[in-house]
Amino acid sequence: MPGFGVDASQRRDYSLFSFQPTMMSDFSRRRFLSQLGGGISAALVAAHWPEMLAAATHARQAAQSGTPHKFEFFTPEEALEIDAISARIIPTDDTPGAREAGVIYFIDRALLTFASGDQPKYREGLPELQNALREKLPDVQKFSAATPEQQDELLQTMDASKNQPVARRRNLESAQTFFEVVRVHTISGFLIDPEADFGNRGGVGWKLIGREPEHTFQPPFGYYDKDYPGWQPAPKAADKK
Amino acid sequence: MNVAQPKYKTSDEVDFLIIGSGAAGGILAKELSTNGFRVVVLEQGPYLTEADYTHNEIKILGEDLLTNHPKLQPTTFRKTPQDKAKQQRALVYGRSVGGTSVHFTANFWRFHEIDFIERSKVGAIPGANLVDWPIRYADLEPYYTKVEWEIGVSGQAGASPFDPPRSRPYPMPPLPVKSSGVIFERAARQLGWNPFPAPMAILSQPRAGRSACVNCGFCLGFGCEVGAKSSSLVAAIRFAEKTGRCEIRPDSYVHRIETDARGRAIGAAYFDKEKNTHLQKAKAVIVCANGAETPRLLLMSADPQFPNGLANSSGVVGKNLMLNSGAIALGVFEHPLNDYKGYAVSRILHDFYELDPQKVGFCGGGGLDARFDATPIGFALNNMPPGSPRWGSSFKKILGDNFPRTMEVFSHATSLAREDNSFSLDPDLKDAWGLPALRMTYRDHPDDLKIATWLNARALELLDAAGAKQKWNYPIVEQEFAVHLLGTCRMGNDAKTSVIDTDHRTHDVKNLFLCDGSSLVTSGRGQPTMTIEALAFRAADRITALAKRGEISA
Repeated sequence: MPGFGVDASQRRDYSLFSFQPTMMSDFSRRRFLSQLGGGISAALVAAHWPEMLAAATHARQAAQSGTPHKFEFFTPEEALEIDAISARIIPTDDTPGAREAGVIYFIDRALLTFASGDQPKYREGLPELQNALREKLPDVQKFSAATPEQQDELLQTMDASKNQPVARRRNLESAQTFFEVVRVHTISGFLIDPEADFGNRGGVGWKLIGREPEHTFQPPFGYYDKDYPGWQPAPKAADKK
Repeated sequence: MNVAQPKYKTSDEVDFLIIGSGAAGGILAKELSTNGFRVVVLEQGPYLTEADYTHNEIKILGEDLLTNHPKLQPTTFRKTPQDKAKQQRALVYGRSVGGTSVHFTANFWRFHEIDFIERSKVGAIPGANLVDWPIRYADLEPYYTKVEWEIGVSGQAGASPFDPPRSRPYPMPPLPVKSSGVIFERAARQLGWNPFPAPMAILSQPRAGRSACVNCGFCLGFGCEVGAKSSSLVAAIRFAEKTGRCEIRPDSYVHRIETDARGRAIGAAYFDKEKNTHLQKAKAVIVCANGAETPRLLLMSADPQFPNGLANSSGVVGKNLMLNSGAIALGVFEHPLNDYKGYAVSRILHDFYELDPQKVGFCGGGGLDARFDATPIGFALNNMPPGSPRWGSSFKKILGDNFPRTMEVFSHATSLAREDNSFSLDPDLKDAWGLPALRMTYRDHPDDLKIATWLNARALELLDAAGAKQKWNYPIVEQEFAVHLLGTCRMGNDAKTSVIDTDHRTHDVKNLFLCDGSSLVTSGRGQPTMTIEALAFRAADRITALAKRGEISA
């Protein structure tokens, strides 16, 4: 599709899924602009107007484009398998999951950009998945053809990590195993800022977590601050322990 | 970028060459150019502005758009000088114009009087190199006030009974409280503690051509798209540029301070974006490159005249590194807090700032704050309750329930200086420019782990009192990753045990000054940037006075 800054000749000409990328029409920066109101200096808006306009135009064009998506890293067969894994990591149930968020397109793009270092994990991981499948379910041809229950069972065997809190780090660490890489990429593609070029399509990831897409908010923000009377000094009795 | 800024030739001997455009460098640039001096600021990172900042977690946190880059600038780590260091990411700091102040949390409370005189009060601590500052809180008070009014800090004077004396109230009221702040305040009062509105370097009202905070929610780790966060870029550098005497030169990576036969600094050699080298001449050099890069630069500037590194006759350059200890407790509540809206910290308490070592059995102190600084991807990967499923429908359910209902009680506390804790040059590893990589040697003093554990227990008590449905804490472990970079070129009166004097002038080189986190003598109780900026304002006054008396070039 236009505007992604990738030479069309480098793309593989396949379209895997029937739905079209809808992109971030609800989340364009035009909305940001319209919400700024008086809180922002006019000089700042003036200084940023060209960039803001360009971003909004890009978003609109992308949303209106009817061109099917083409994968750049995956073959369509590979994309089907990764998509099937992602769809078990964040399944589609009563709310949209990884599939509706377009996570597969995010991962495809990630592997040619910020996550290019993870290409070997995918190249080696997919055959491993196939081997595990052949061992466990000899009658099933492909992971994507297995039932969700079979898929979950297989993925459990590939998920070596324990459910322990990890020491929190500021930066997104690179993951170690194939499953962990796909897990981190799936979560990233599901929850990334919907204004980004790929992932969190339609903002479905943020809808799940109740993260409104606006750039400006006014108090009260939540349940506990809505009746807050304003800060008062502590009553004398409570002053000293 | 201001088009009015001058373009000096590298052969122009400018009055001051400032290395680093962060919290300290930005303020020194503003003050010295305002005072009439010709200033060049060399910043290793790019010149990014509001238009470049984004809410994209991958770009900002994953690809290090605003921070030092682990691939270009690899680092090594070891626990003790006896160990061989292993390559691992050891630190993060801001790497664009404005430095770390672009992406900081903006906690801006002052150090207390105790932080300057703790050694005299508690005595020697085994295994720690704890000393008093050569200056006192009272020396810095006017400059703390200057930071609040000139850089822009929101807060409420007198709200904390533990606050040190101040000469002026805050210029702006506190930012609006968040649900985490209300929960924290009510629970803390139940426990008899004294919560107060967190002083933040974020505008609660429009000021000096900058917007008030719009509560966008991408604050810690991110650049402010509306200029409300008081980075040195928006609050100082733009004013420096307006003087017409200050040139900000981005993409300029300094690798050596050059000296003449008399042992005086003549300027600094740096790589430009294309890795060509230049030498910018100056009458005096001020290094504000942060507590890791400042000592590294001095050590890389060794020559036959200064075999142990520049300004390092004491041998303490790079040593006495302090990181601040900390601990995290998380709680999940019944109703949505929506704490993703707004800045990070709205309430804080300092009841435990000064603990009696005889009673608690360790030296240290600190505070608690109510915060939410997780962004969506980071939350899903790191902030789910222990034992939660990591994928699948139940993961998705908990993720959706918890994101708007979770808050954090963060403990911020002392680090005791230890001589073995340091930044030095790795003997083997090089960065992308062929320069020696930073090697961090660090092991928390046992008391640092004790204060972190002690405060974390108070945080869990608070979450209990608040009625959290679920609460947990992260294990307290020895730190191997540095965010606050403090103490590595400490200030002192004795040239044998410190690197700079109270004017920030190096004891060894008369026209070389250092001002940043490396200048600190103690770590405070966390959140050092306010103090770094107060030091920078004070240093600017001292350096201006020295220059006017002709005592720098003489």
